[in-house]
Amino acid sequence: MSLALETRDLTKTFDVGKRLLRPPKAQVHAVHPTSLRVENGETLGIVGESGCGKSTLARMLVGLLPPSSGTIEIEGLSGGSSPADFGRVIQYVFQDPVSSLNPRKTIRQILEAPLIHLHGMGRSERAARIDEIFDSVSLRGEFLNRYPHEFSGGQAQRIGIARALAANARILVLDEPVSALDVSVQAQVLNLLADLKDELGLTYLFISHDLAVVEAVSDRVAVLYFGAVVEEGRAENIFASPRHPYTRLLAESAPVVGRPIGGQAQGELPDPMNPPPGCAFASRCPRATDICRTDRPELRPIEGDQRAACHHPLDP
Amino acid sequence: MSTFLKLLARNRLAVFGAAVLGAIILLVVITPLLPLPDPNATATADRFKRPFSDGFILGTDHLGRDLFSRLLWGTQLSLAVGLAAALIAGTIGAAIGIVAGYFGGRIDNVIMRAIDMLMAFPYILLALAIVAALGPGLLNALYAVAAVNIPFFARNVRGVTVSIAHKEFVDAARLSGMGHLRIITTEILPNVLPVVVIAMSTTIGWMILETAGLSFLGLGSQPPQADLGSMLGEARAAMITAPHTSIVPGVMILLIVMSVNLLGDGVRDALDPRLRSGALSRPMAATLVRRDETPPEKTDTKAVLSLENLETRFEVGARIYRAVGGVSLAIQPGECVGLIGESGSGKSVTALSVMGLVASPPGVVTGGAVRLNGQDLIGAPYARLRALRGDRVAYIFQDPLSTLHPLYRVGDQLTEAIRVHHRISRDAAHERAVKLLEDVHIPNARARARSYPHELSGGMRQRVAIAMALANEPEVIIADEPTTALDVTVQAQILKLLDNLRRDRGVSILFITHDFGVVGQLCDRVAVMYAGRIVEEGTTAEVLDAPAHPYTKRLIACVPELGAGRRELHAIPGLPPAVDQLPHGCAFAPRCHKATGLCATSDIPLDGRKRKVRCILPEEDVA
Amino acid sequence: MGGYILKRLVSAVPVLLGITVIVFAIMSLIPGDPATAILGSYATPENVEKLNRDLGLDKPLVQQYFIWIGNMLQGDFGRSFALNRPVLDEVLDRFSATLVLAGAAFVLCAVLGIIAGVISAARQYGWADRAITVAVILGISIPSFFLGMMMILLFAVRLKWLPVSGMYAIYGGGDLPDLLRHLAMPAIALSLVATGVVARLSRAAMLEVLRQDFIRTARAKGVGERRVIWGHALRAAMVSIIPVLGIQAGFVLSGAVYIEIVFQWPGVGRMLVDAILKRDLLLVQGGVVFVAACYVFFNIVVDVAQSLLDPRIRT
Repeated sequence: MSLALETRDLTKTFDVGKRLLRPPKAQVHAVHPTSLRVENGETLGIVGESGCGKSTLARMLVGLLPPSSGTIEIEGLSGGSSPADFGRVIQYVFQDPVSSLNPRKTIRQILEAPLIHLHGMGRSERAARIDEIFDSVSLRGEFLNRYPHEFSGGQAQRIGIARALAANARILVLDEPVSALDVSVQAQVLNLLADLKDELGLTYLFISHDLAVVEAVSDRVAVLYFGAVVEEGRAENIFASPRHPYTRLLAESAPVVGRPIGGQAQGELPDPMNPPPGCAFASRCPRATDICRTDRPELRPIEGDQRAACHHPLDP
Repeated sequence: MSTFLKLLARNRLAVFGAAVLGAIILLVVITPLLPLPDPNATATADRFKRPFSDGFILGTDHLGRDLFSRLLWGTQLSLAVGLAAALIAGTIGAAIGIVAGYFGGRIDNVIMRAIDMLMAFPYILLALAIVAALGPGLLNALYAVAAVNIPFFARNVRGVTVSIAHKEFVDAARLSGMGHLRIITTEILPNVLPVVVIAMSTTIGWMILETAGLSFLGLGSQPPQADLGSMLGEARAAMITAPHTSIVPGVMILLIVMSVNLLGDGVRDALDPRLRSGALSRPMAATLVRRDETPPEKTDTKAVLSLENLETRFEVGARIYRAVGGVSLAIQPGECVGLIGESGSGKSVTALSVMGLVASPPGVVTGGAVRLNGQDLIGAPYARLRALRGDRVAYIFQDPLSTLHPLYRVGDQLTEAIRVHHRISRDAAHERAVKLLEDVHIPNARARARSYPHELSGGMRQRVAIAMALANEPEVIIADEPTTALDVTVQAQILKLLDNLRRDRGVSILFITHDFGVVGQLCDRVAVMYAGRIVEEGTTAEVLDAPAHPYTKRLIACVPELGAGRRELHAIPGLPPAVDQLPHGCAFAPRCHKATGLCATSDIPLDGRKRKVRCILPEEDVA
Repeated sequence: MGGYILKRLVSAVPVLLGITVIVFAIMSLIPGDPATAILGSYATPENVEKLNRDLGLDKPLVQQYFIWIGNMLQGDFGRSFALNRPVLDEVLDRFSATLVLAGAAFVLCAVLGIIAGVISAARQYGWADRAITVAVILGISIPSFFLGMMMILLFAVRLKWLPVSGMYAIYGGGDLPDLLRHLAMPAIALSLVATGVVARLSRAAMLEVLRQDFIRTARAKGVGERRVIWGHALRAAMVSIIPVLGIQAGFVLSGAVYIEIVFQWPGVGRMLVDAILKRDLLLVQGGVVFVAACYVFFNIVVDVAQSLLDPRIRT
């Protein structure tokens, strides 16, 4: 297996309270140094709650947001500087299928954009390619001349996927691609994604807040908390036998039929303007000791390829 | 475009404005062709002729010039200048606004500071300063009026551009390899254009007024050339002796500006998509009730709350959306009943119908009954409904940030909830509010009562909302997706809190959700909704373990459950039907693998006693 | 709170400086030189040159600007050649008259506009809403100077209820009832457009707010409809109405120019127009800067009011 994507110590810091001449009032670390590796043909799931930095991370991977530091390497090449350079190798599927389509363009115009601007295709070549792609996301050709508002959420998301495929990228970043959809439609789109992956040999980064969905579609899963990966491992193990206490809290909190309501009664994210010096989870962690409140734990192998950033990892 | 014209034509005021304006423009266009006397030919012998005298249609002015001729030529000038000013201001302002809004950051900062600076002047001061510098004259007045209006356009367009530039489709365009210029022209501009057109059409009238004003002051058009403003200015000296010389140009300005404004408002309404769907109509205090047949008999005497064949519709134009198409559901004291369904299934509308909180227009309750302890609430007088709301039946809504009032302290919002139903002092109510906040485990409750909603986290806000629902110890709490907007660890906290509270206090809960996992953990019984009707009902364990309706069974199979590892999901093909065109018979039949011809022929009843299913080929035997 | 006010005051400094730069820049665009304007076209070149030197007009523009600013900071706005009187004295006299007129009109437009807007929204599509909508369209379409003239014709000339013009009666006037009688027509004529704009935007703001979830929450609590409209909804709507009031204050101040001319009101607007026509540029310059500065401070008051209402913008 070859490497599709690798990040080294990727970080993103946002300035808060910008001022015209003087430096900003504060900085928020949306993404702490993050190193991820994704193999070709793999699906890496990224889960986390709101504010964990998963969307910021995703937008950096496709070049929509410049990193504050660190590097991104895609298919052995270091990513270019503009979204257009990224666009040929990595594409993005957005959370809100309707707002990701320009309401004033036809579907054909939307799908043609990457073919024209990334690949410089001629008219007849484009038409053939669009028909091919449209067929592969199981949409009827007559939809091509319609406008986005005529489509349901599920159909619009298929169009969004078609656009990402049109750029002919091998890697797709899927940012909460089914969160805006109803469960019956959600399953249709997830199955479509699985079929496309097998057919075209794609690599996915699948971002979601829904543990069950991530577990169902991923090979490996990375859990994000407060801007950092706290645990990484195979999908079938990570929630079944979590090593980081936060992963366990997540798994226990997910509502599962026939299990009493789990999770903790109290505790929320720390204040990003005023982050704690040690482990960000320490204040909510039942296992926390003094070292957790002073030293930030590094991500380290625990067993096999399961890694966790914890001073006191859980036993299996 | 044709829908735009159709919408415009439906607006009677706009049509009136268009007609008046059209007539004026026509008159102005043919003015050079009319056999009119020279507007500037003076004849002092004929000064101040009254209208309709000696062949002067509108009389003459202080120099004996023909007023009708002057009026038409002046109108032409005023219209041209106003339009030119609007075009100049709109184009420059929009360009500045788009650049500032799209690029953001420092460019935006610098441009907007400059704009703020210009807006710090009362507009006339700037206009006066410009005219003072350039010297009086119509063209200079035009420049001044255009210049003082640029900031208005720039600011407006910038705001819209910022919101569009942050839309996902702009990111998608960047990923498609488009450059800034192309994105601005093909992605941003088409979406901003309606705003520019709206801003122009609503300000042209204003600009005509402003230029007329400058001319009125003697700073615009210079004699002998006259626009409407200078005609009025010159006539002012003789206002008392010869009022017609003032009234003629004055009325013309009024007519032009009024017709432009009426038409402009029509254009705005026709272009604004929110007005298009009628979404801007305000909801009334209680849902409209139009119940033709007599309410159904009481069926369940023990229930604290029972819905009987409830029907709620949305009437939008000629379309009727049957959001709730005959729902019957009973909740026993102390019971927690889950109502589960996908979006558009009518579960939330059912919940809101109970206390008449469905937005009306367009919502109408058209049938059935809602009985609280046996008393029908549908069609009850508003005063009675109000007395019960929050007192006997309380609600918890989905997104606690938008459902709490942003400008009131949470303690005050709680205090108000108590005091609308109980005559107690403010202090006593406040004490009770603090106690309630403690009951929902808000740390440091007394200090937190002084917080505003935006100062609390999502979980804390939802605790406040729960405290508010508990304030008057209601018999029933209706919780409409109370944890959907929350993160999973916070959701677990809130569910645990709700579960404890209901066991401690014996309150009944109607819990609306789309999540089987949540229902499974919290509810005693569950009803499944599809396309506005309940398709299955039973105890939670029965329904989840052995779903009887094919929809329920397949919906459960769609949902991945944590702990099962990587797997294929079993999707349901197709989409739920639109509730304005429901199929005959079973609404699920078109998507159902078991459906036969019989399913689509006639209405299928909800069968069974305790365990009910609306299917002629159920998966499980429920009899 | 004190911190916020201080911050706003500090942020006004660059705005004020910017205003002086803009005014100075515009004024220095003027073709010809003021000395000729002052002395008339028959002046000898020597006299013109001497006056230019006296006025400091022979120095570079930047230096002229700083001298001008420095003098203004010491309260010296220069001397009006037409009136032969210090500019500041004249502006202060005139501005107090404008303040009375514009203040009265502003209060009228704020109170009537908001009440009309709220009623209009609360009774959407009812007869009250329709009547208010038509009145608003008429109100914002009628030129205030024309309305003023018609009011004079009707109420002063025909009906003789109110005085034709001026601020006080020439003989025996000067008390408050006299002022009010003189103020009634100009204040109403001046406020009409602004009232219409405030009413229409208040209606839109109320309709927007009434659809919000927190209104449904208030109703679900059992709060009565009157309190929902005039309490919960209006309070939230005020967040978007208050900035409109700030802008309308500028429009009222602007409109005062026309009204002062029509009603012979001895205000700063009439003074400016006269000064422009007489090319009394120091008076124009001083008057514009003074009024603009007052407006900047008024806007700070508006912002502070806004922050008192909305805790989300207090920082």
